[in-house]
Amino acid sequence: MTDKLKNMYASIGLPRLIITCFFLIMLLMAPPLGLSITSLLGDSIRRWAMYGLLVLAMVPAVKCGIGLNFGISLGIVGGLFGATAVIELGITNPWLAMLAAMLIGLFVGSLLGIGYGLLLNKVKGSEMTVSTYVGFSVIAFMNMIWLTLPFKDGNLIWPIGQQGMRNTISLEGSFGLVLNNFLDFNIGDLHIPTGLILFFLLTCFAVFIFMKSKAGIAMSAAGANPTFSKASGINVDKMRVLGTAISTALAAVGIITYAQSYGFLQLYNAPLMMGFHSVAAVLIGGASLKDAKISHVIIGTFLFQGILTVALPVVNKILPEGNLSDVIRIIISNGIILYALSKTKGGSK
Amino acid sequence: MDNIKNRIYNFASENKVVILFVLLCIGGIYASGSPLTFVASELFTRIGRNGFMVLALLIPVLAGMGLNFGITVGAIAAQIAVFWVVYWGFEGITGFLLCLLMATPIAIFFGFLVGKLFNKMKGAEMIAGMVLGYFSEGLYLLFFLFIIGGVIPVYNDRLIITGGVGVKNTIDLAGNIKYSLDTVPMLTIIEILFFIIVISTIIKIVFNKVKETGLSFKKDLIILGVGAIVYALSFIPSIEAFLSTDRLLLLHAVIIGLVALVLMQIWYIIKNRFILKDMDYSMKKPIALIVLAAILYGLTYIKAIEEILLYVNLPVTTYLCIVALCMFNSMIIRTRIGQNMRTVGQSRVVANSAGIDVDKTRIIAMIISTVLACWGQLIYLQNIGTFSTYGAHTQVSLFAIASLLVGGASVQKATNKQAIIGVILFHTLFIVAPQAGKEIFNNAQLGEYFRVFIAYGVIAVSLAMHAWKTNIRPIDDTKKPARLKGQKA
Amino acid sequence: MEIEYLLNMDNISKEYYGNRVLKNVSLQVKPGEIHALMGENGAGKSTLMNILFGMPVIHSTGGYEGVVKINGEKVLIDDPHKAMDYGIGMVHQEFMLIPGFTITENIKVGREICKPTLLSHIFGRDLEKLDIEQMRKDAKKALSNIGLDINEYVKVAGLPIGYMQFVEIAREIDKTGIKLLVFDEPTAVLTESEADRLLEIMKIISSKGIAIIFITHRLDEVMAAADSITILRDGEFVARKEIKDTSAMDIAQLMVGRKVEKLVDNEKMENIRNLRDDDLALTLRDFYVNMPGEMVKGINLDIRKGEIFGIGGLAGQGKIGIPNGIMGLYETEGTANAFGKDLELDKLGNALDNGIAFVSEDRRGVGLLLDETIEQNIVFSAMQAKDEFLINFAGLKLYDKKRAREHALKMIELLDIRCTGPSQTAGSLSGGNQQKVCLARALTLNPKILIVSEPTRGIDIGAKKLVLEYLVQLNRQEGLTIIVVSSELVELRSICDRIAIVSDGKLATILEPDAADVEFGLAMAGSKKDGDKND
Repeated sequence: MTDKLKNMYASIGLPRLIITCFFLIMLLMAPPLGLSITSLLGDSIRRWAMYGLLVLAMVPAVKCGIGLNFGISLGIVGGLFGATAVIELGITNPWLAMLAAMLIGLFVGSLLGIGYGLLLNKVKGSEMTVSTYVGFSVIAFMNMIWLTLPFKDGNLIWPIGQQGMRNTISLEGSFGLVLNNFLDFNIGDLHIPTGLILFFLLTCFAVFIFMKSKAGIAMSAAGANPTFSKASGINVDKMRVLGTAISTALAAVGIITYAQSYGFLQLYNAPLMMGFHSVAAVLIGGASLKDAKISHVIIGTFLFQGILTVALPVVNKILPEGNLSDVIRIIISNGIILYALSKTKGGSK
Repeated sequence: MDNIKNRIYNFASENKVVILFVLLCIGGIYASGSPLTFVASELFTRIGRNGFMVLALLIPVLAGMGLNFGITVGAIAAQIAVFWVVYWGFEGITGFLLCLLMATPIAIFFGFLVGKLFNKMKGAEMIAGMVLGYFSEGLYLLFFLFIIGGVIPVYNDRLIITGGVGVKNTIDLAGNIKYSLDTVPMLTIIEILFFIIVISTIIKIVFNKVKETGLSFKKDLIILGVGAIVYALSFIPSIEAFLSTDRLLLLHAVIIGLVALVLMQIWYIIKNRFILKDMDYSMKKPIALIVLAAILYGLTYIKAIEEILLYVNLPVTTYLCIVALCMFNSMIIRTRIGQNMRTVGQSRVVANSAGIDVDKTRIIAMIISTVLACWGQLIYLQNIGTFSTYGAHTQVSLFAIASLLVGGASVQKATNKQAIIGVILFHTLFIVAPQAGKEIFNNAQLGEYFRVFIAYGVIAVSLAMHAWKTNIRPIDDTKKPARLKGQKA
Repeated sequence: MEIEYLLNMDNISKEYYGNRVLKNVSLQVKPGEIHALMGENGAGKSTLMNILFGMPVIHSTGGYEGVVKINGEKVLIDDPHKAMDYGIGMVHQEFMLIPGFTITENIKVGREICKPTLLSHIFGRDLEKLDIEQMRKDAKKALSNIGLDINEYVKVAGLPIGYMQFVEIAREIDKTGIKLLVFDEPTAVLTESEADRLLEIMKIISSKGIAIIFITHRLDEVMAAADSITILRDGEFVARKEIKDTSAMDIAQLMVGRKVEKLVDNEKMENIRNLRDDDLALTLRDFYVNMPGEMVKGINLDIRKGEIFGIGGLAGQGKIGIPNGIMGLYETEGTANAFGKDLELDKLGNALDNGIAFVSEDRRGVGLLLDETIEQNIVFSAMQAKDEFLINFAGLKLYDKKRAREHALKMIELLDIRCTGPSQTAGSLSGGNQQKVCLARALTLNPKILIVSEPTRGIDIGAKKLVLEYLVQLNRQEGLTIIVVSSELVELRSICDRIAIVSDGKLATILEPDAADVEFGLAMAGSKKDGDKND
């Protein structure tokens, strides 16, 4: 019996246990403080589905062997480009706009992903170190691009000077909330954004199906055991590029889903740390540097976003000053990454 | 002829990063249209401000731990100390020394923890350092936003957010420790140095007597004598007047440097030729250097250069600190611990089998780097004069590491020279980029984004190059079948 | 009168997790002699040396039995540093050198000579200043002691491999009070002239009174340099001889010689095969493989259709490289031809397409996806290489769970894989059952040639017999051409029709399974005169 418990404990791990307990405590503290659990839950659910795709992007990356993809920023800028291009083109039908944005995002994202995958093949063993700074560099590079893209639409650019895009671009006239409002309903004050959830789960399912296909199985094998795969005639490098490209493309779609739910596009440095948050979420869900499952994505995103949404109002009730939620996010997300790193690269001589 | 061609080619390919950035800087200065005097004075301020931090990165590279992204932790240690010292109301150099006294043990403790952590993830120190930087930032925020005032009662309207919990966004250091180190007059330094020499000579003599090593202390006495003479000279009124300032005109600094160079070369020649009577000693190099010094001196009479030299004032103490750190870095390599670090850095397996305590050596390297980073942050803060509580440490590792890499360093090799060149190039770019952006694209923001991009980009490229090289090497080594076949035929 | 031995290891026994790897082994070395230590892989040489050096691997697994004496005094060495203190040094096979350091620095690594400084008085020895002059002098002396004339200030990086070995030796010599040096296969990485040079240096060292234990498998070198020899076999002591009283033939016989027990009774099986020299399954011509540690340096082989062909030899000699090269896992040169068709060796999976299946020697590393199910492991190669076990679904080739499950169940029954079911993970199986899963995957490809590398490594004796029997059965009933690569001569001699012995990446000879022990011994030990005869 104790053995069983110990095994369970070992498989869950201390940090996940702490995070889950923390989440539950926060949730239990809400009603006495006069907060509505249902509205908090509703918020958590919305943010869960909103961030989900960005976290899902970790699965193909880990599976194909490049490890946790800190470089999803490449996909994110691809998606942002798609979204801004759609506004510039003046597509006003929300569904059409979102579809077009996603297609452009997918295209740019996969293209960048292929190049990125080729780079990662050259730096095997240090993918994470390299990808972190490649991610940062891309954001910094895009800062210059956002400033100089010859877009003219008044919603995009600063009203003064007629040059350079705004920091935050409203999606009201475009595809803002189009998924959220699809078939949505309320139970009391619990709002369920059906379309958003459906889209998230559908994408999860698509990734699941892909992982069950010939290519998907080959990709997982290439990540899990490259020499084994070679012996079965699989081109490991190609599989890694495939995984990286899918991961990056998912991130492109992910940022569009995120933006439509948020209602705004955030350019410039806003997506700088999104890679870190996605990595943290999938780790909280139970993934490691070697393995990530879709269940890890679903659980991890919910826990991570749940804590942030629930903690913010709860803590604000207790400690009205400052923004503790942000601090908690930084500590949890980086703490869990550090924990995961120390677990895999154990004290070799 | 080919030889020269080859040498030029080799020089260019070895220094391609530096050459690229030199060109970029020249282009930037030209495009920005800023007066050279402005660029130079800004630059020398920034070297004094940031140089120390960049030099703090060298030791972990030596110990094979790569670029220490964890120096953020050292900066945090400094900031904790600065807050309390300001809160307690200490001022001037006293305040600065108190900061030093308080921050150092904290930094040693932090460095120890970082070292322990890095020992758990050998080979992944860099990514761990990055994440650790962010993680410690979280803890720092928790401490400054909630613990101070929330748990530890602190009452001070100037420092604490109205409401009593959390530290304000910026703390003005003017009137307490701003310029506290920069304004230490040269005279004080000479006094301090003199007393250090006296004390150390006494200690040495005592040790030699107690341990009966029988070593002669003639050399020590000579040093003591020279020290005493220099100290005595500083009492001559005209010299005293010159030394009692805290800034040194760049022109004077250059002349002092050139004179010192010439004197040193002459001493080398005398020592090797006439004292050691080493007739094989080649005089080419010292004479070339003396000629070079003369040419450089001549250059100072060129109008444009003279203008700069007469415009820029150096904070002497801060620059001396940087020089001292350079000396420390090159000296530690020649000690037992330095050699151990090099060995560990090159191969942990060999080090282990040679009986070197690998883990301990790495922890010491991290402690040294963290403490130096902490001091670097103190120097930075006292120079800049406003302490942005939640922003001062965030970009520390990014800019320091980018500077080092711009100077031509890599993950495996970094020298004092590269650090200094790197600081100069990187910060020149930083100074001129916004103005250049404005002149070329009519957009100053673009220049600012460009310099940030350069910082991230140079790190990304350098990390990728390092990983690439380590990947390629084993394949090259085993290109054997063809060779074996050749042998057979 | 009793002879004065420098080192005396009496009746040493060692057990790893109930597995006895050394049984009452003794080793005696006189001062200033070169003592060879020989034996096949797994004979217990390295365990014996680990005991001598007090390696942690020995003492964390319960220590050893027996007595170690140095200069007649009983000692307990339970820490490598103690071995150093007793004056025992090791010249490693993989160089413990730092390429970026100078020769001096490498010789003095960890033992730097320092001068005290002011700071070292206060903060301890760590801050002492290096005395580079003195270190150089020492290094120079050590180098000249072994008759080496190179500048002590050049970096090791550019040196020829042989010189690196000499630097290692110089480092050991430089240690004060060194009495015994162990050379672990020192000539394995050297060219012939370098090896000769090394033997000379060994003689110089021994003439200065330092004893040497010379671990090698090259008979010629033993005959040329050693004074005496100890031979081990299967963890047991076989003999200690003076070289002048013995011959190469003797030693070869002692190394291999054992009662040949047939592991498999293949005589009883119905044999309808018709092996013909002109009906070939696989031919290798001038075949080179760049597999680190198992280099193949030009091999010609003709393997007949329908035979069981064995490839033997000691570890590191290149036998493992042959199948890995054929499968395209490492860079190759030369040609490999299967059934009249040249393989495109640089194209991954080409061997699979040409009907060659491979069971790797590295079962856990290359052979299996440890975290995947047995079913996945069995069908994986066939699915990837031949598009089997897939269904088309909207343009996607999806995994056909139903057929894969059926096939896995069939294989589990056929090969008697002991498991809870096809969804058990491969990593949780025992070694023997893992091997059967690997075999099942290879067979699922319906190969025309099956290459099995180290078929019985790490599996128990019962499973061993089953696996070998099954191979013979496949060969006899299906007419499958099988190539067995193995370090264990007994198992090759039990089932093979012919056995090729590979030494130093080249073919030493091809022998019948019932050839004399001494022939196998000489071929494996790379005795040149014998190799020439068979060429």
